[in-house]
Amino acid sequence: MGPILKMVAQRLALGLLTLFAVSLIIFLSVEMLPGDITEAILGQGATPETVAAFRRELGLDVPAHLRYLAWLGDIAQGDLGRSLASKRDIAELIGGRLMNTLFLASFAAIIAVPLAVTLGLLSALYRNSWFDRGINLVTLSSISFPEFFIAYALIFLFAVQWDWFPSIVNVNSDTPFWERVYRCILPAVTLTLVTTAHMMRMTRAAIINLMASPYIEMADLKGLTRLRIIVRHALPNALSPIINVIAINLAYLVVGVVLVEVVFVYPGLGQLMIDSVSKRDIPVVQAACLIFAVTYILLNLLADILSILSNPRLLHPR
Amino acid sequence: MTTRDELSLLRSMGQIDRRGLIKGAAALGAVGAAEKMFGGSAFAATPKKGGALKVAIGAGSTSDTFDPATFTDSYMQFVGFGCMRNCLTEIDNTGKLVGELAESWAATPDAKTWTFNIRKGVTFHNGKTLTTEDVIDSINHHRGPDSKSPAKPLLAPITTLKADGNSVVLTLETGNADLPYLLSDYHIAIMPSKGDGTVDWQSGVGTGGYVVKKFEPGVRTYLERNANYWKAGRAHFDSIEVLSIVDVAARTNALTTGEIHLMDRCDLKTVHLLQRNKKINIFEVTGSQHYTFPMITTQAPFDNNDVRMALKLAVDREEMVKKVLRGHGMVGNDTPIAPSTSFYVELEQRTYDPEKAKFHLKKGGAEGLTIDLSAADAAFAGAVDAAVLYKEHAAKAGITINVVREPNDGYWSNVWMKKPWGACYWGGRPTADWMFSTAYEAGVAWNDTFWDNKKFNQLLVEARVELDEAKRTELYKEMQLIVRDEGGVVVPMFANYVGASSDDLAHDKMAGNWDLDGMKASERWWFA
Repeated sequence: MGPILKMVAQRLALGLLTLFAVSLIIFLSVEMLPGDITEAILGQGATPETVAAFRRELGLDVPAHLRYLAWLGDIAQGDLGRSLASKRDIAELIGGRLMNTLFLASFAAIIAVPLAVTLGLLSALYRNSWFDRGINLVTLSSISFPEFFIAYALIFLFAVQWDWFPSIVNVNSDTPFWERVYRCILPAVTLTLVTTAHMMRMTRAAIINLMASPYIEMADLKGLTRLRIIVRHALPNALSPIINVIAINLAYLVVGVVLVEVVFVYPGLGQLMIDSVSKRDIPVVQAACLIFAVTYILLNLLADILSILSNPRLLHPR
Repeated sequence: MTTRDELSLLRSMGQIDRRGLIKGAAALGAVGAAEKMFGGSAFAATPKKGGALKVAIGAGSTSDTFDPATFTDSYMQFVGFGCMRNCLTEIDNTGKLVGELAESWAATPDAKTWTFNIRKGVTFHNGKTLTTEDVIDSINHHRGPDSKSPAKPLLAPITTLKADGNSVVLTLETGNADLPYLLSDYHIAIMPSKGDGTVDWQSGVGTGGYVVKKFEPGVRTYLERNANYWKAGRAHFDSIEVLSIVDVAARTNALTTGEIHLMDRCDLKTVHLLQRNKKINIFEVTGSQHYTFPMITTQAPFDNNDVRMALKLAVDREEMVKKVLRGHGMVGNDTPIAPSTSFYVELEQRTYDPEKAKFHLKKGGAEGLTIDLSAADAAFAGAVDAAVLYKEHAAKAGITINVVREPNDGYWSNVWMKKPWGACYWGGRPTADWMFSTAYEAGVAWNDTFWDNKKFNQLLVEARVELDEAKRTELYKEMQLIVRDEGGVVVPMFANYVGASSDDLAHDKMAGNWDLDGMKASERWWFA
């Protein structure tokens, strides 16, 4: 395990550097947007006098680089700071939203990942059959539609026409677990539909790629069934690309679901971030971006570790 | 005979009561017709207590707080002003000013010193009794150099504020006959004092009909009925859940699938489809909300009144109401005073007249006028479309308008009152003086036309201290004429508040001062 630990340490150090770069880029880009939080919040009520009073109160009269350094100092000590707009503690503000986002992402992943891998295996097994073509058609169609379209189509059928599921996900911290699951079904299915095709196609391609190898031919000549060949002989060697695609999709389920959140009025992190950008609430935007960046870095790291474990050759790149 | 005629006839013959009429109308698919006959009131039964109301508001944000000085959109207006707290005065559903936490009030003849008698026996949600100290500190919350409250300019003329027994005495620098109206503003809510001159806004404790139990900014607020509410016959629901659903499609879906009972701001493009749903009532009120095109009158060519007049004549208001508001509104007459506003005077309606516009252009020496018109949908929904329509109308009068599409972000800080001509909206104010002194008086912060008309300014000050109603009406009539004919603003339309509710909600005549029954649907409505 020595080399793997070393790699993990290296990657984590690189990840920290990435986080620093991300925070700098976010800070600068929000700074560059026209208007600041005082004008965004006061709206039509922004007279020079009220704006000046508000800026003084928030400490925005301090130059930008000093504000960034102060923020960096706090974050190094694990303090995410306070929202400029509501003065609430950001850790508390984000905590509940992050849990909601992770809940929906896990829910969708629990359906999507096994489904995609199974469908991938089956379509490799019955390659070029009607089944294979049908699965490809359905999954590719669902990934080709914009996700809000799929969401509205599901709402139209399951909420408006048949009244099986609610059209908005009105959940809060007191909602019981199964109630929450029930209310989240439509958004989870939407996310499943938009992510399945990618993972399923990769599974199918990776397996088909291996099917031409001599050792598969050998297994075939031994008289094994095709199902056994694929599951026992091909799949273990195809795991590495599949894991990477799954990791990318999992990251997408956490960071890229803003549209679905809006359509289903789901109180997740994406909505919070959009709100904060439009209000120029920089500390909240920074904190949300850091969480997104951490998600990407950790999931990719995890994918790499799992790939290496499944294929030790990757540890010794030539 | 059409359904509507038939229903009218039955009603005039006294053969059918309101409830029966609504039922009959619903069966015949003519709910809209029935609604109109009763001026928008769906049922007129005695209010019933009970039920858990769910409301979706098309506003709200994570940055919302309980501080009324930061309230800007309808979400906190509904929660803070409609549910949690009370003001000193209230505008009731007929547009009349009544006492809320002030039982009564009196003024000296110069309208400079006002005495408000505070209602006795009112308690806050935490059990504390309402005192004059709470009132004084709540008003002071908006004053002072560090205040960023939109109510600051309203309260600026106050010089002293002191308690006298159970009354609060306000002294103004210059008289203002409308002060009791100003104190009904949703920002000036009464909160419990902390005892050191500041108020406790953080806890959300108020004297209103509902007590906050859960507040998740930008998501939802859960409130329960205040068992000790002092106002008799108000606040009928057991609990209210207010959701923030900014996306209009999601809001509409939530209503049609029964997730919520009440929503504001219907999508005007699809409201006729929503109307077909028999379980949903659409309500519509013409309030004081108006859309404007202010011109900066200190800059050429808008310093020339003939140019301003030509532009006012070069717009087809009827078509704009029809196309931009889809008929859910009323044509404007270049004054901000709506029929529901106090001292409204009906003036001759200005109509589209390209020939007369040409005449004014010639007279003002501005033939072949070419100007930019800045617009973004941040100004009002459909502002860009309205500007393009304006361009087409003005072309017939020989005026070339270049529509400049501005970004929504930062519209109020970078475009409004900066670019010479743009689009804007006003929620309107309940009194003529309030509206004029907010945006038309020379030198005030929101005078978005930078207009300075001596005669108008004089009349405004004169009318403000005039306590004789008849004389005041005359003065305001003259002011409305001056704004219409010499002002720097084109007011093409007043927009209706269009919302929808499930058919089990009932209410009386709706107020027009704000959306959702003056933002008081929470305490005025009930489950039938």
